[in-house]
Amino acid sequence: MKTRYTFGGDEHIYVEIDEEMSLDAFFKSLSMSTAVRDANIPGVTEICPANASFQVKFDPDVTHPEDMLKRVKELEHMADSAEKRLSTRIVEIPVYYQDPWTQECVMRFRERHQDPSGTDLDYAARINGYDSVEAFIEAHHSQPWFVSMVGFVAGLPFLYQLVEREKQIQVPKYLRPRTDTPKLTVGYGGCFSCLYSVRGAGGYQMFGISPMPIYDPEQQVSYLKDFLVFFKPGDIVKWKPIDRAEYDRVTAAVEAGTYTPRIAEVDFDLEEFNADMAGTNEKLMEALNGA
Amino acid sequence: MALKINKPGLSTSVQDLGRPGYFHLGIPISGAMDRFALRAANLLVGNPEGAAGLEAVFMGPEIEFTEDAIVAVTGAEMPITIDGEAVEGWTSFTVKSGQTLAFGFLKTGARIYIAVSGGIATDPDLGSRSTYPIGALGGVDGRPIAQGDVIPSGQGIVGKAGLSVPTDLRRGPTNPAELRVLPGLYWNRLTEAAGNGFFEDTWIVAPEADRMGYRFKGGRPLEFVDREQPFGAGADPSNIVDGCYSYGSIQVPGGTEPIVLHRDAVSGGGYFTLGAIISADMDFIGQLQPNTPVRFVKVDMDEALAARTSRREALQKIRKDLT
Repeated sequence: MKTRYTFGGDEHIYVEIDEEMSLDAFFKSLSMSTAVRDANIPGVTEICPANASFQVKFDPDVTHPEDMLKRVKELEHMADSAEKRLSTRIVEIPVYYQDPWTQECVMRFRERHQDPSGTDLDYAARINGYDSVEAFIEAHHSQPWFVSMVGFVAGLPFLYQLVEREKQIQVPKYLRPRTDTPKLTVGYGGCFSCLYSVRGAGGYQMFGISPMPIYDPEQQVSYLKDFLVFFKPGDIVKWKPIDRAEYDRVTAAVEAGTYTPRIAEVDFDLEEFNADMAGTNEKLMEALNGA
Repeated sequence: MALKINKPGLSTSVQDLGRPGYFHLGIPISGAMDRFALRAANLLVGNPEGAAGLEAVFMGPEIEFTEDAIVAVTGAEMPITIDGEAVEGWTSFTVKSGQTLAFGFLKTGARIYIAVSGGIATDPDLGSRSTYPIGALGGVDGRPIAQGDVIPSGQGIVGKAGLSVPTDLRRGPTNPAELRVLPGLYWNRLTEAAGNGFFEDTWIVAPEADRMGYRFKGGRPLEFVDREQPFGAGADPSNIVDGCYSYGSIQVPGGTEPIVLHRDAVSGGGYFTLGAIISADMDFIGQLQPNTPVRFVKVDMDEALAARTSRREALQKIRKDLT
C-alpha cells in the first residue's frame, strides 16, 4: 500500500490509501478517518471514509491547507498501529434475483451495455467464467460482504465480498450510465456490489432487487425510526435469495410496520479473517443464523 | 405569512446555505448554487444570511403574497414586477398583501434568489431547509415547488425597502467565463499533453447543467498515462476504486466531457477527477447558461486562497453597508 495525499480544491484533502481495493486499505482508511475525527483539528467540517481512500473537508480560513495537510499526514502512523478489529453487525438482506423490475430496466438501457444481446447477469456470469447464471447467483450470495463505503446517493452501501481475491467477481460499469435504476436494485461495478437506496441514475450492472428499504427520509419504516440511513461502514451483509412470493410477503410486512431484519452483533478481526476466511465466515453465519 | 405559488417556474426550490455533516452517508451539502447571491438577498431584507429563500433557474415563479413583506431578488438579471410594475434587482422592496411578484425573460446569468423578510419557513430536515430531491429532503416534501403550493414564511417585517447592493459588488460570470482550477486529486492520471490541453481548449456548457453538476463539451478528449488498472477499479482508464468526490471537483468519464460536481452531486463514485474549481468560483458556475464558452484557468493554492479572501471581503462590504 502506498498512501498518496492531494488537495481537492482549497477546501478538501483527499487521501488515497491505495490505488487498488483491499480490506487492508479499507481498515487503514477507516482508522485514519477516526484518528482525524478524534484529533479535533480546527476547521474540519466533514470526514468521509471511502473504500480505499478518505476525504477531509475543512474551512481554509480557520486552518491553512498546508497546515491541515501536515496535521492529517501526522496521523498516518496512528492508523498503521491501530487494531484492525471491529465490533459490528451482520445483517441478512433478502434479494429477489432476476426480478421483473430490474429486468425491465436492463432491457430499456440495452444500448448502453457492453453486450446488448443478453442480460447483465448473463454477461457477468460469462466474463467471470461461470457455466450458468444460477451458478453465478450462487457465488454472489454464498459468502458475506463487507460495507466498505456509504455514499454516491443517500445511504447507498458499497459492498466488498469476504472471499479470496481470486474468487472476487469483477464486472465493468455500463458504457454510459443509465438515467434510471429501480429503488433497491442490487448492482455490481468493479469489485463492488451495491444496493441502490433510492431510484435514480446508475452505472452498475443490475442483478436483482430487495424488498427491504435502507433509506427512509420520512422515518416510517420500523427499523429506520431512529435514523433515516440503515448502513454504516463496517457492517456485514449476507444476501438471502428469495422468490416472488417471499418478496411480496416482505414488502407487505415492511408496509405494515412489522418487518424486522435479521441482525446479529459480531466482531470482525482482519488478521483472523486473512488467516482463515472460510472459518471466519462460518462463524459470522453461525451468529446470523442464531439471531 | 405565506407565499402562494401561482406558477412555479422551471425548477424553483427552497434553498439555504446547506446541510453539512452527512456527506459520509451520501447526503450532499445542497444549498444555494450561488451562496453569495443568497446571502446578499437575505441581508437586503434583514434576515440572517443563512435563512432559506427560493432559487429559480432560467425562469422565475409567480408568487402571490398573503401579507405585506420586504422582498429582494439577487443573482441573475431577470426583469422583476409587482402587479406588473417593474422593480430593481439587488434592492429591497415592499410587496403588499394580495400583490403578485412575477418575472420576465432571463437576460444574463442563470439563477435568481428570492428572499422574503422572515425567511422561508418550511420544515428543516437534518438541520437545513435546502431541497435535495433525490433524497426527498428539505423544501416542500423534498421536491421543487409546484403550482398551488402555499409556502410558509417567518413572521413580521424586520427589513426596510430601498436598500441596495452596490453595482460593483454584484459580480457575475464574464463571457467567456473563466473558472479557476487547482489541479490535484487524480491529476497524475493525465499525460502532460492532456493536462496542458485541458487548460488551452475552450469548452462550452452542455445542456446537462444542473444542481448535481455542470457538464462541458468541445475540448479535446483527454489521454491517460498507461497503467494496468488497479484491482477493483474497473477496466476504463478513467476508472478508479470508488472514492469520495470533492465539491467542485472535475470528473471526466471516459476522458471526454468534464463534469464539475456541484452542491447536489453524488458523494462518491468510480471516475477519476483531475482537480477542483476553487471555492471562490463555485458561485459563478451556477450562473452559467448552457452554450456559454468557458476557459479553465490553472491556479495554485496561494491564488485560490487570495481569491477566497477577496470574495469574503466583498461580502463583508455588503454586510457593513446593510446592517
